[in-house]
Amino acid sequence: MTKDREILKLLEQDSRTPAERIAAMVGEDAERVRNLIQEWENAGIIRRYKTVIDWERFGVERVFAFIDVSVTPERGAGFDDIARRIYRYPEVHSVYLVSGGHDLRVVVEGDTMKQVANFVAEKLATIDRVNSTNTHFLLKKYKDDGDLFVESDSDHRLMVTP
Amino acid sequence: MKPLNDTVTATPPSGIRRFFDIAAQMDDVISLSVGEPDFVTPWRIREAGIYAIEHGFTAYTSNSGLPRLIQAIAEHLHARYQVSYEKDQILITVGVSEGLDLALRAILNTGDEVIYAEPCYVSYGPGIRFAGGVAIPVHTHGDDGFRIHPEDIEAAVTPNTKALLLCYPNNPTGATQNREDLQRIVDIAVKHDLYIISDEIYDRLTYIGKHTCLSSLNGAAERTILLNGFSKAYAMTGWRVAYACAPKPIAENMLKIHQYTMLCAPHMVQLAALEAILKAGNDVEEMVADYDHRRRLFVRGLNEIGMGCIEPKGAFYAFPSIRHTGLTSEQFASKLLMEERVAVVPGNAFGASGEGYVRCCYATALSQLEEALERMERFMQKIQLERKSTNVSSEALKI
Ligand SMILES: Cc1ncc(COP(=O)(O)O)c(C=O)c1O
Repeated sequence: MTKDREILKLLEQDSRTPAERIAAMVGEDAERVRNLIQEWENAGIIRRYKTVIDWERFGVERVFAFIDVSVTPERGAGFDDIARRIYRYPEVHSVYLVSGGHDLRVVVEGDTMKQVANFVAEKLATIDRVNSTNTHFLLKKYKDDGDLFVESDSDHRLMVTP
Repeated sequence: MKPLNDTVTATPPSGIRRFFDIAAQMDDVISLSVGEPDFVTPWRIREAGIYAIEHGFTAYTSNSGLPRLIQAIAEHLHARYQVSYEKDQILITVGVSEGLDLALRAILNTGDEVIYAEPCYVSYGPGIRFAGGVAIPVHTHGDDGFRIHPEDIEAAVTPNTKALLLCYPNNPTGATQNREDLQRIVDIAVKHDLYIISDEIYDRLTYIGKHTCLSSLNGAAERTILLNGFSKAYAMTGWRVAYACAPKPIAENMLKIHQYTMLCAPHMVQLAALEAILKAGNDVEEMVADYDHRRRLFVRGLNEIGMGCIEPKGAFYAFPSIRHTGLTSEQFASKLLMEERVAVVPGNAFGASGEGYVRCCYATALSQLEEALERMERFMQKIQLERKSTNVSSEALKI
């Protein structure tokens, strides 16, 4: 792996890692790490820094639904136009074009099931060229974007071993 | 009652063990005194073990091990180091620990000498003596990165010398050895007709340069017993599985001891090891990259706080010098444990030439490493102050 890629991976794991520490970890000069990060921010390679929050543990219930959407693509524009009409809604968490039985996989976030259901019925299903929607509500999050939301392995090593 | 075996009763228990008893009774200790990965075995390997148990792979395997695993090891070694072993030259053992014992017992007659570099893994001296041999340590030094000098080895050769025992990357120093020096050591072995036991359990944990597999050197294969295993690279210390590769006459005799004393390595564990060697290459690479980050951070930190440390190029240990503190390794380690609750292993646990050093394992969470560095920095400052005041008072006494 190149050093630059290593630096990005470290940031991806923990964006708050100070440049000095990253520099020590990859054997690089701290100034160069700071400059690289600046460059990546400017170039849109680093898009933004965010935090992984377990909202449920905090006491806030969020409702997520995965919606399989079948559409009729448009001549000339393919799926992009219709995807844009969907992803511009703030309640839409992610939109993917996927292979298989459906075309778009949309993740919608809301405060209540009713709110999400209404959004699907009123906004998604009514878009021209949307042929069908199939909604799956999320019941429990085990792992999300590589982060475990349940217990992880603990350290069972003895204090001293040869 | 009649006395027990003389050799065994004369062997002191591991110095590491003694230290463990103290550390285990304290709270809030950051332990840098482990000798194993902080990763749990990668899931695909654990899952293969579970699958094997679920499907009833609970019987003995053949003495030498599962043919598929032996085949996979042969292919792995060939692809990685261009060394060729046939299936009857490979034996699956219960850890490199067993492989080492088999090798020593197959080679040694009572009174035969084995030369090995110190500081070294705690089992070498006792293992040699248990097999009836005489342990002949050759000292290596921090000043030149714990390099083993071929001429020092040659100087230790006597008519009774039977074998050399090498371990690179090294526990506890993290030192590696360049190909040229290793070739010169092999040449010495050829000249004096010595066997070579090469413990390469840390081969995958090489951060700088490339690992040299000893049996790939000119003239080495016919006299070398290569020991390697799954404990360190695949984070499988508790599974107890490894392998030994040797020229046929040696392999046959090692197999006899294994057959009569161990029978075979656990079946389900061998299946997990098969998954490891065939499929877990990426997991190993990720773990190694992670150790490497911590290695750099930790070694830089040690040097900054006055615990001078040569760059360890392999394994997951740093072996800083503490000589300038005026304390012995044991004094340093117990004072550090009592005053700052950081556990390190006194260097003399790895032989007399480890005196003046302590072993710190950096296979520990980053946050713990940073906290440990802070505690050790405070400790070093305190020691310096104490030293200054004792110096002043002894000066005063002179006048
Ligand atoms: C150099 C060396 N050899 C052998 C071993 C033992 O390995 P295994 O778990 O395969 O018995 C260790 C474990 O710490 C070691 O450091």
